[in-house]
Amino acid sequence: MKKNSWFILVCFMMTHTTLLAADTNLTVKIGSKIHTESVILGELMTHLVNHAGVKAIHRGELGGTQVLWKALKRGDIDIYPEYTGTMTRELFAGSGLKTLDDIRGRLLQDNILMTNPLGFNNTYAISMKKAVAAKYGIRKLSDLRHYPFLKFGFGESFMARNDGWQSLRQIYQLPQTDVRGLHHDLAYQGLNQGAIDVVDAYSTDGEVAYYDLQVLEDDLQHFPKYYSVFIYRADLQERLPQVIKALQELEGKISEAEMTKMNARAKLDKVPENQVAADFLAEKLALKVEIPEDSLWSRLYQLTIEHLILVSISLFAAILVSIPLGILAFKSRRLGQIILGIVGMIQTIPSLAILVFMIPLLGIGNFPAIAALFLYSLLPIVRNTYLGLHDISPQLRESAQALGLPPMARLRLIELPLSYRSIFAGIKTSAIINIGTATLGALIGAGGYGQPILTGIRLDDVGLILQGAIPAAVLALLVQGLFELAERWIVPKGLQVKSR
Amino acid sequence: MALKSINLSIPAGKTTILLGQSGSGKSTLIRIINGLIQPDGGGTVLFEGLPLTRQNALALRHKMGYVIQEGGLFPHLTAYQNIALMAGYLGWATDRIDKRVTELAQLTQLPLDMLSRFPAQLSGGQRQRVSLMRALVLDPDLLLLDEPLGALDPMIRSELQTDLKDIFQTLGKTVVIVTHDIGEAGFLGDLIVLLRDGQIVQQGNLAELVQTPAVPFVTQFINAQRSPLEALTGNS
Repeated sequence: MKKNSWFILVCFMMTHTTLLAADTNLTVKIGSKIHTESVILGELMTHLVNHAGVKAIHRGELGGTQVLWKALKRGDIDIYPEYTGTMTRELFAGSGLKTLDDIRGRLLQDNILMTNPLGFNNTYAISMKKAVAAKYGIRKLSDLRHYPFLKFGFGESFMARNDGWQSLRQIYQLPQTDVRGLHHDLAYQGLNQGAIDVVDAYSTDGEVAYYDLQVLEDDLQHFPKYYSVFIYRADLQERLPQVIKALQELEGKISEAEMTKMNARAKLDKVPENQVAADFLAEKLALKVEIPEDSLWSRLYQLTIEHLILVSISLFAAILVSIPLGILAFKSRRLGQIILGIVGMIQTIPSLAILVFMIPLLGIGNFPAIAALFLYSLLPIVRNTYLGLHDISPQLRESAQALGLPPMARLRLIELPLSYRSIFAGIKTSAIINIGTATLGALIGAGGYGQPILTGIRLDDVGLILQGAIPAAVLALLVQGLFELAERWIVPKGLQVKSR
Repeated sequence: MALKSINLSIPAGKTTILLGQSGSGKSTLIRIINGLIQPDGGGTVLFEGLPLTRQNALALRHKMGYVIQEGGLFPHLTAYQNIALMAGYLGWATDRIDKRVTELAQLTQLPLDMLSRFPAQLSGGQRQRVSLMRALVLDPDLLLLDEPLGALDPMIRSELQTDLKDIFQTLGKTVVIVTHDIGEAGFLGDLIVLLRDGQIVQQGNLAELVQTPAVPFVTQFINAQRSPLEALTGNS
C-alpha cells in the first residue's frame, strides 16, 4: 500500500516533467529581462514566431543582463531583447566597441547573432519631479552639482553597472552622498512621495509622462545610445530561418513614442503585455494575433502544477538522500559532525544566493530551482532522522541487542520505526519551507506561484501578488493537513496509543 | 561498575541469583554473560563449553533469553509482535509461531486477548509476562533476568514472584536473576551469589548466608532488609 502510493507520486512527477520539456528542435525559447519593456518585446517576438508557424515559449522576467546573457550562451534560451548600450558599456565593457558592426563582431565570437535596431533608443533618463526641478532651476545633469543635499534613488542594476552610478558620478563630479539602491519600479513611488528627489528612469518608461517628470539633459553625453535589438544563437538561424525572417519585420518599426505608449499601457493601465504586443502588431503590421483566453482558474492550475513539480521532486529527492545521511550521522559520530555541519551550512546561505549560484552550473528553469530546493530541504530531515535515532532509550537499544538481532535488522525493525515520528516531523518542516522558498524559483524561470508575485511587484499590482501569495499559503496549509493525516497512517500505532 | 576477579560457574537447571546493592557489579556481570559488554581485563565467558566472542555473541544470544527491568518491550509492536519478533526474523512459519506464542501465554498465564495490545496498553505485570514470553520464544537454554520485578507494585510483585517460581520449575531451565532484594533471592534462588564492589563475597543458599556468613558484610546486608513487620511479630 505504502509502496504503491509512492510509485504513483513518482509517475505523476515524471509525466508532468516530460510534458514541460517540449521538443527543443521545433520550438523557440524566448527570454526577457525583468522590466516591463523587455517583457513586451518578448511578447512581440512570441506572437511573431507563433504567427510564422513555430512554437514559441516565452520565459519572461528572468532577471538582469548577466542572467539572460549566460542563459543565451548556454542555450537555455534562443533569443532575447538587448540594448546596444548595455552591450558596449556592460557586457563587453572595456572592449572599446563603438559601431553596430563592432558589436556584431564581438557577439559572433560567442556564436551569437543580432538583428538591426528596432527603432527606439531607451537610454537612461535621470529625472526629477517637475516642481522640484523648477524650484532649484535644474535642467541639466551638471546642474545637480550645486545641490549636494538632493536624495538619489537608483535601481539596483544602475547602482552596480559599469555604465551606471559610479561613472555618472565621476563624469559629472556629483557630490551627493544620500544615494540608495532600490527596485526600479519602486523608485517612482519613492519619488512621488518625496522620499527621493532624483531617479534613474528609462527614457521610454510610461511613468515619465504619468508622474510629470523632468528628464535632465545629459549635457556631457555620458550615456550611450541604447538601441533595442534582438540577439540570438547562431543555431537558431540554421534551424528555423523563417523565425528570424519574421522577427526582422520589426526592425526600425518601433519609435520611441510607440514604445513609451506600450510601456504606459502595460504598467499604468494594467493591460496584459501579450495584449499590448498584439495590438501593436495589428496596428503596425496589420497582423492578426489570437490571444488565447486565459481564465484565472486555468492560470492557477498551470501555476499549481509548476509549483508542485518544483516542490515534489526536490522534496522527494531530499527524503531519499536525507534519511540515509541521518542514519550515517547517527552510526558514525565523526561523520555525523561533518554531515550535520555541511547541511547546516547550506541552510545559512540565503535562498536567493543559492538560486543564483545554480545558474552557471545548471542554467535556468526547473532544474536549478529543484536543485536549490533540494539543498534547502536537507537539514530538517537529516537532523530529525539523526535525533530520532539518537533519542531512542538505551534500554530499548539494549533490549534489541540482547535479542541477538544484527545491526541492520535492528535498524530496520526497531530503530527506524521508533524514529518515524521525528523523521516525519522533519519531512513536514522541509515541505513547508520548500513551498515557501519555491516561490523564488520564478526568478530563474521555473514558474510556479512566484511568477505572479514577481510580475505583481514589477507592475505594482497587489492583486497579482496575492494571486501567487494566497495559493502558496493555502498549499502550505493543505500540505500540513495532508501530512498530519499521513502521520497517523505511517507512524506505528503503538507510538500513538495513550498509555493506561 | 568495574568487576574484579570473578570466577563463577552457573549450575545447569538451577536458579542462580546475583545479589547486591546498586554498584556492586551484578548488572555488569549479567551483561558480560550474554556478551552485551566484553570483559576488558581479558576474562572469558564459557557458554556450554564454548568461549563467548564478539563474533559468536549474536548467534549465542538466541540460546539466552533476556528480560530487563520494565521489560524493554518495543512500543511500536504489539505484545504478539514483540514475542514473535525473533522467531519471525529467523524465518519460522506463521503457524509454528502462533502455536509457540499460545503455549507461552498459557505458561505465563497471560490472557490471549492481551496479545493484540501495545505495551502502553498493558499493566506493569502483564508487560513483564510478555517480556518473559519474548525471552522464551526460541526455547533458550539459559534465561537471564535483570531486576525483572524491580518496577512493580508490591502486590503484583509477590503474585508474579510466585508465578515465576512455578514457571522455572515447570521449565527446568538454567536461570540467572539479578536483584537487590534478599526476600526475592531467597524465594526464587537455589544458589545465591552475593556481590560487593565487583567481587563475590559469598555463594550458597539463603540458610548458609544467614547462618554462616563469610564476612560481617553478609549479615549487615541481610539485616538491612529485614522487614519492620518481622520486628513487630518477634519473628527474628
